[in-house]
Amino acid sequence: MTRHVIAPVDDLPPGTRKFVTIDERPIAVFNVNGEFFGLLNRCPHQGAALCEGPLIGLAQSSDPGEIEYTKLGEIIRCPWHGWEFDIRTGQSYCDPKRFRARAYPAHVEPGSSVVKGPYVAETIAVSVESDYVVVDL
Amino acid sequence: MNVQYRSSPAPGSPVHARTAIADCDIHPARATATELYPYLAKRWHAHLETYDKHPYQGMMEGPPYPKAQPNASRRDAWPPEGGPQGSSLSFMQQQHLDPNNVVLGVLNPLGTGQGIRNHDLAAAICSAINDWQIEKWTSKDGRLKGSVVVANEDGPTAAAEIRKRAGDKNFVQVLLLSRNVEPLGQRRYWPIYEAAEEVGLPVGVHAFGFGGNPITASGWPSYYIEEMVGHSQCQQTALASLVLEGVFERHPTLKMIMVEAGFGWAPSLSWRLDKTFERLHSEVPHLKRKPSEYISDHIWWTTQPMEDPEKRDHLFELIDWIGWDNLLFATDYPHWDYDEPSRVLPAGVSDANREAFYLGNALKLYGLS
Repeated sequence: MTRHVIAPVDDLPPGTRKFVTIDERPIAVFNVNGEFFGLLNRCPHQGAALCEGPLIGLAQSSDPGEIEYTKLGEIIRCPWHGWEFDIRTGQSYCDPKRFRARAYPAHVEPGSSVVKGPYVAETIAVSVESDYVVVDL
Repeated sequence: MNVQYRSSPAPGSPVHARTAIADCDIHPARATATELYPYLAKRWHAHLETYDKHPYQGMMEGPPYPKAQPNASRRDAWPPEGGPQGSSLSFMQQQHLDPNNVVLGVLNPLGTGQGIRNHDLAAAICSAINDWQIEKWTSKDGRLKGSVVVANEDGPTAAAEIRKRAGDKNFVQVLLLSRNVEPLGQRRYWPIYEAAEEVGLPVGVHAFGFGGNPITASGWPSYYIEEMVGHSQCQQTALASLVLEGVFERHPTLKMIMVEAGFGWAPSLSWRLDKTFERLHSEVPHLKRKPSEYISDHIWWTTQPMEDPEKRDHLFELIDWIGWDNLLFATDYPHWDYDEPSRVLPAGVSDANREAFYLGNALKLYGLS
């Protein structure tokens, strides 16, 4: 597993996402209320750019007439066919047995730690004063 | 430090060479509300701005259901220069035609004059749409072919538009929708079939329509998902009417295409028609053959949205009944329920059937092979 520095944390404020290609793989990193999530930008259903879809919540029903809306902003909805995946785990809510989106752990590391490595940061100039978003791959 | 990542590739860049395909259901859109004006007489500009269109049913332009994605289209299909999805030729080429190796793309314009009560306006808009298809699309990209759209509720006027386009290689079919004022086999529509047969164009019947009838046979449902699956029952009504009114008996060389309404129901409708026909033959003595025979001889089916049973053998049994030669691959680009060409057909299909499915059948039907 290699750790990849993808952006200074200030470049990825809450509610935004960043698209990168790491080892030939298209990956999107999301900031949802200060938490960071990495996801392969390819829908396992028919191959659309999954991470270009909206982030919604999860509507579920435990009993008829009872609707719970949870995981607000943590469900990615495919821009083509609307398949829904949990960005924390990649779990499908349409067909969990057959399909799973590929999730990659993402988090923030302080510049002092990033400078020491072992991290890979190709186009990011790293300094000890800043914090960085890091994806494990 | 190693190069570990780079900026994303351009959208739609070809990953690998793909098999050539025909896409028999592409939806071109207008970038602006007035894009048709150059093709419409000045009289109609003023008419539209003063009176607008008087439709058979409400919500003709604002769709009756919210469609799940903007303009019922893929969220990645907005052209970079602006305008709705499907309104830019260059972006359609970049995102769809080039990377998917589309060698024939059949344009099916949906927002036309169909469904307007003022039949003169309906005819003017349809004719303008046909000119616009040539000017904006087919003359600019030889892979694209248009559909002659007609004022469907006014048979003689519709027939005149079809004859006007006779022999024009920009067009490969006439286009109707499934939900009209009456079922499609009825006499008011006969001039359309007569003209289409005369000029040698097949007639496509695409899901949707603005005749004022609800999507189900028993009223307006609550959910968009009911509209999505309701198209097959509208199409069954249209097809049963075409067969039972004797349209194919009168027009033995007429070819029709069921577009975007599924095909899984074709066997059961045919069996049911045949069984009932044995008992009620005396009611429809103008039919000389079993209903299923008219269907298998006169009807082609576009694939999208593909039936997707868990067991692929079930899909293959369905197609065996319909005939591998009667299916036409379609994506529905740029709409949200688009079928990705490389993903729709399971493994286990012979090379000959695969080629027919993706390309050969369409070239043959449209006279382009």
